[in-house]
Amino acid sequence: MNAIIEIDNISKQYEGGTKALDGVSLSIDQGEIIALLGPNGAGKTTLISIICGLVTPTGGTVRVGGHDIRKDWRAARRLIGLVPQEIALEPFEKVMNCVRFTRGLYGMPPDDAYIERILRALALWDKRDAATRELSGGMKRRVLIAKALAHQPKVLFLDEPTAGVDVALRREMWQVVGELRREGVTIILTTHYLEEAEEMADRVGVINKGNLLLVRPTAELMGEFGAKTLTIELDSPLDAVPASLADRGLTLTDGGRRLDYEYDAKADRTGIARLLGDLAAEGVSVRDVSTRQSNLEEVFMSLVDGNKEGAA
Amino acid sequence: MTGINWRGVWAIFHHEMTRFFRTIMQSLLSPVISTTLYFVVFGAAIGGRIESVEGVPYGAFIVPGLMMLTILQQSISNASFGIYFPKFSGTIYEYLVSPVGWLEVTMGFVGAAAAKAMLIAFVILLTSFYFVGANILHPFWMLAFLFLTAIGFSLLGFIIGLWAKNFEQLQIIPLMVVTPLVFLGGAFYSADMLPPFWEGVAKLNPVLYLISGFRWSFFGLADVPVGVSLFAVALMVVICMAVIRWIFATGWRLRE
Repeated sequence: MNAIIEIDNISKQYEGGTKALDGVSLSIDQGEIIALLGPNGAGKTTLISIICGLVTPTGGTVRVGGHDIRKDWRAARRLIGLVPQEIALEPFEKVMNCVRFTRGLYGMPPDDAYIERILRALALWDKRDAATRELSGGMKRRVLIAKALAHQPKVLFLDEPTAGVDVALRREMWQVVGELRREGVTIILTTHYLEEAEEMADRVGVINKGNLLLVRPTAELMGEFGAKTLTIELDSPLDAVPASLADRGLTLTDGGRRLDYEYDAKADRTGIARLLGDLAAEGVSVRDVSTRQSNLEEVFMSLVDGNKEGAA
Repeated sequence: MTGINWRGVWAIFHHEMTRFFRTIMQSLLSPVISTTLYFVVFGAAIGGRIESVEGVPYGAFIVPGLMMLTILQQSISNASFGIYFPKFSGTIYEYLVSPVGWLEVTMGFVGAAAAKAMLIAFVILLTSFYFVGANILHPFWMLAFLFLTAIGFSLLGFIIGLWAKNFEQLQIIPLMVVTPLVFLGGAFYSADMLPPFWEGVAKLNPVLYLISGFRWSFFGLADVPVGVSLFAVALMVVICMAVIRWIFATGWRLRE
């Protein structure tokens, strides 16, 4: 795979002295979806803003499609579409004209057939003649996506695409992103919804305090940190884990009412069947069982906490 | 760096003109009404007693001044509002992330602001024909002055819009600086009609040179040499362009 974005040692220090980014390097392949994850103020938006040209970096270089974003900015910017975090639209402009305008701004010849296609894909075609101020929040966000796609970019930046939108709309956004991926668009999204990164991204990059802590394929990250826990609720509380099961790594919680068993879901033998059999043999009566996989949130928190300890 | 993104310039120009035509009635009607009032008050009521200035009937004498007044006000307000509005609504990001540089953005916004101002000036000229009849000695130079002034003051308005952080700042320069300069720039009188001391003071006012040159193109009468007038307005264009280039290069009030 070819890298479409090469970020090399980018840093940004604001005039007040705040260091928003501290030497971030990252290579993004063509056609992949990468999620940048981090708490508010971690530097995600600053990184995106630098690549798109909204913020001037204090150090480092970025190349988009081989074009340096500062020396060869016109060529670099033609490849990029940006969906900003804040909804910003001309209130009195019609949807269709908004999208046409952006296409023109990027120096592309008019192509209403193409614009129709993206408006239809984003379920906005019926609203093409509506002024943007008449639209709902979700529709406005989709207009921003349509604008960002108006010049057929190779790379799309989505800065917190689902911040403040309801669950149904979030699903809808994910669908849109899925369709774009099928068309081969490289997508970089920032989010603090871990579910979103887990759902959509091929790779996850974790940013905290201006540092890129890690970048890993989502599945690998989940596999590595994603141990599963089997929770067994007992009919009557136990004083201690039965001696015969002492070597199974069980923890007794909830005043002896619950047994937690951690296991590797991908292993050939999870040991669950044997454990349940042995519990029955011990005369322990089970009321209910459930399993739970640690999600990115926990993975993320452990990384960020680790980072704090490392820094201390 | 490749050449100029002309499609980008056109997109901005077209977008700005569309906004103007969306409110065409108020855009054109209000200057026509205010000009008519000026003609009634200055041309008919007061002009009836003044009769003529240097051989030109007073009603006709004030036409170039009124057109300049409108060009200056319209150019500044169109261009300053044009660029301030995207800053206010947040859509300015699009201009900063797309492949358009300072020159394309300036040509788009300033071109549209100047075009609107000139359109309104022509409507005023037509209105004045109704009151005082047509009389233009040097039509080419009239157009040249009109064009350069519209560009010059649209550039100034563009800078004001880039500088302004709120609507109050947007209004303050046109209100506090430009309108007084126009009224003291000989829109309604010739500088020779002032006492010698005030005539000297008036010559420090750059707007006097514009109105003087413009009036010359109508009647062949000027307070100052025409070459000086042309030079003054050309200088203004150059200075404003340099300032805008600096703003975009440094990202002042645009980028972090």
